[in-house]
Amino acid sequence: MSQSDAIPEFSKSRSGEGGEVSLTNLSAFSSGTGIRSGAEFLAIIAVAVAIIGGTELALRLFEVPQYIMPPPSEIVWALFDEFPLIAPHLGYTLIELFSGFTIGAVVGLVLAAVITQFPFAEKIIAPYILILVTTPMLALVPLLILRFGFGYTPRIIAVALAAGPMVMINAATGFRRVDSAKIALARSYGASTLQIFWKIRAPMALPMILVGLMIGAIFGLLTAVGAEMVGGGFGLGNRLTSYSSMIQMPQFFAVVLMLSILGILIYVLFFFIGKKWASWEA
Amino acid sequence: MTAGDTTTPKLRVQAASKVYQTASGNLLAIDGCSFDVAANEIVSIVGPSGCGKTTLLWSMSGLHSLSSGVIALDGKPITGPHPDIGIVFQEANLLPWRNLDANINFPFEIKGTQPDKQWVKHLLHRVGLDGFGGKFPRELSGGMQQRAAIVRALSLKPSVLLMDEPFGALDSFTRDEMNRLVEEIWLDAPTTIVFITHSIEEAIFLSDRVVVLSPRPGRVAKIYDVPFPRPRSFEIMATKEVFDLTNAIKLDIVGDRIAKSRPAEAVQ
Repeated sequence: MSQSDAIPEFSKSRSGEGGEVSLTNLSAFSSGTGIRSGAEFLAIIAVAVAIIGGTELALRLFEVPQYIMPPPSEIVWALFDEFPLIAPHLGYTLIELFSGFTIGAVVGLVLAAVITQFPFAEKIIAPYILILVTTPMLALVPLLILRFGFGYTPRIIAVALAAGPMVMINAATGFRRVDSAKIALARSYGASTLQIFWKIRAPMALPMILVGLMIGAIFGLLTAVGAEMVGGGFGLGNRLTSYSSMIQMPQFFAVVLMLSILGILIYVLFFFIGKKWASWEA
Repeated sequence: MTAGDTTTPKLRVQAASKVYQTASGNLLAIDGCSFDVAANEIVSIVGPSGCGKTTLLWSMSGLHSLSSGVIALDGKPITGPHPDIGIVFQEANLLPWRNLDANINFPFEIKGTQPDKQWVKHLLHRVGLDGFGGKFPRELSGGMQQRAAIVRALSLKPSVLLMDEPFGALDSFTRDEMNRLVEEIWLDAPTTIVFITHSIEEAIFLSDRVVVLSPRPGRVAKIYDVPFPRPRSFEIMATKEVFDLTNAIKLDIVGDRIAKSRPAEAVQ
C-alpha cells in the first residue's frame, strides 16, 4: 500500500508552467494586445490594401499571363461567379471532414483518456500511435479506394485516420499533466477515481484537448482535399485538379481561397472555444 | 498534553515511520515520530527542508499510509481520508478553472451534500472575501487565494485542521496578517490545528506547542511549550522569552553544525 505513494512534491508537478503549448500561445490574435485605436485599425487596412492592390497592379503592369498568376480581382470575381458550381463540392468536402473528424476525435479522445490511466498500456501502444501520426494518411487513399470504391467511405476513413492520432497525442499530453496536489485535494474529500477524472483530470486536460481538436480538424481538412485529388469525381480537391487541368486559374485560386477561409474558420472557432472554456490557463 | 494524561488525545502519532520507494532506492522520510495533540490545541511542526514535515502531515490526513506506526484520531487509527480532518495545502491549491464560489463548493460536489450557506457566508466575511465569489484564482493575490483555501477547509466544519506550510509562498507582511487571521479564527471557534512551517517565528506566534523535527530522516528532536498569552501581540513577540525560545529551536535544528564550526558566534 505504501509503495504506491509518491513523495509529495509541489514545485515539479505544477500545471501550466514550463511553456507548454496551449491554444492561446499558438495564436496570432493573442500575441498582440488587440486593436485599440482607429490609427491601428487604419494601418492594418492600409497594409492589406497595399499588399493586395500592389499584387494586382504588378500583375497587370508586367502583363503576367493569367495561367501563371491571375490578379486578385479576377480570383474574387471567379469566386462569386463560380460559387453556384463550387458550392455542392464544398458541401461534399464538409461532409467528409465533419464525419471523419467526429469519428477520429471521439476515438482519439477515448483512447487518450484510457491509455493515460495505464502507463504500461501506453508504452505498448505509443509506437503505433507515432506511426499513425507521422505516416501521411494520403498514402493510403489509393488503397482505400480499391477496397471501398470512389464514394465517401475511403475519404472519411482517411480523414479519421489523420485527425484521430493528432487529437489523441495532444489529449494524452493533457491527461498526463498530473498535479498530485490537486488530486490529493479531491482524494481528501473522498473522491472516487471517476470523480477525479471528471473534476480534476478532464478540466486540466481541456486546453490541450482543444489544441488537439484544432490541429486534428486542420489535418482532416488537408487530408480530405488531398484524398479528393487522388480520385473520385467530387469535392473541392477534385475541383482543384479539374480547374488546373483546364488552366482555369482564377477558378483554381478561388477554390484555394475558399480552402484558406475554411482553415481560418476552423482556427477561429477553436480559438473562441478555448477563450471561453480554457482561458483560466492564459 | 502532560505526561500521564489518561484521556484520549485528539490526535496521537505513535512511532510513525514512512519509507518511499524511489528510483534510487528506499528513502526513509520519517522515522519513529511520536507525539500527541490535545483537542483545540495548536501544534506546529518545524524542521529543515526535506525533513518529512509534509509526509507526516499527509499521513495524518490519511492521504498517505505509514510504513509502520499508527496515527489515531479520537483513539481510532486513520486509514484514509476522514471527514473530520480538513487540510489547507501549500500555495492554496485552488482549482484554476473554477471561480471562488465553485472552489468552495468543490468538497460538497464530491461528497454530494449541500454546504451550510450561512456558515460559508460567515467564513467569507471573516476572512474578508465578501463579494469575491465570482473571481477566478488568477485574479486574486496569493494571500487572498490562501484565505479562500482556509474557507474551503473550514466550510466542512472539521474538528482537526491540518495546515501544510500554508503561508510559505507569501511575503512576510502578508504572512503576519495571515497568522493573525488564523489566531483570530481559532479564538472565535477553537479547533485542533496542526501547522507545518519552516518559520520558527510563525510556529511560536501560533502554537501552544512546537514539535521540532531533525533533518532527514525526520525524528522528533524536541517538543517545546509556548506559554505566552493570546491574542499574541507584536510586543510579546519582541520579548526576550520569545527570542530565547526562537534561538533554542534554531539551535536544535542547525545548532550542531554552527556550534562545531563557529562556537563563539553561536553563543552570542
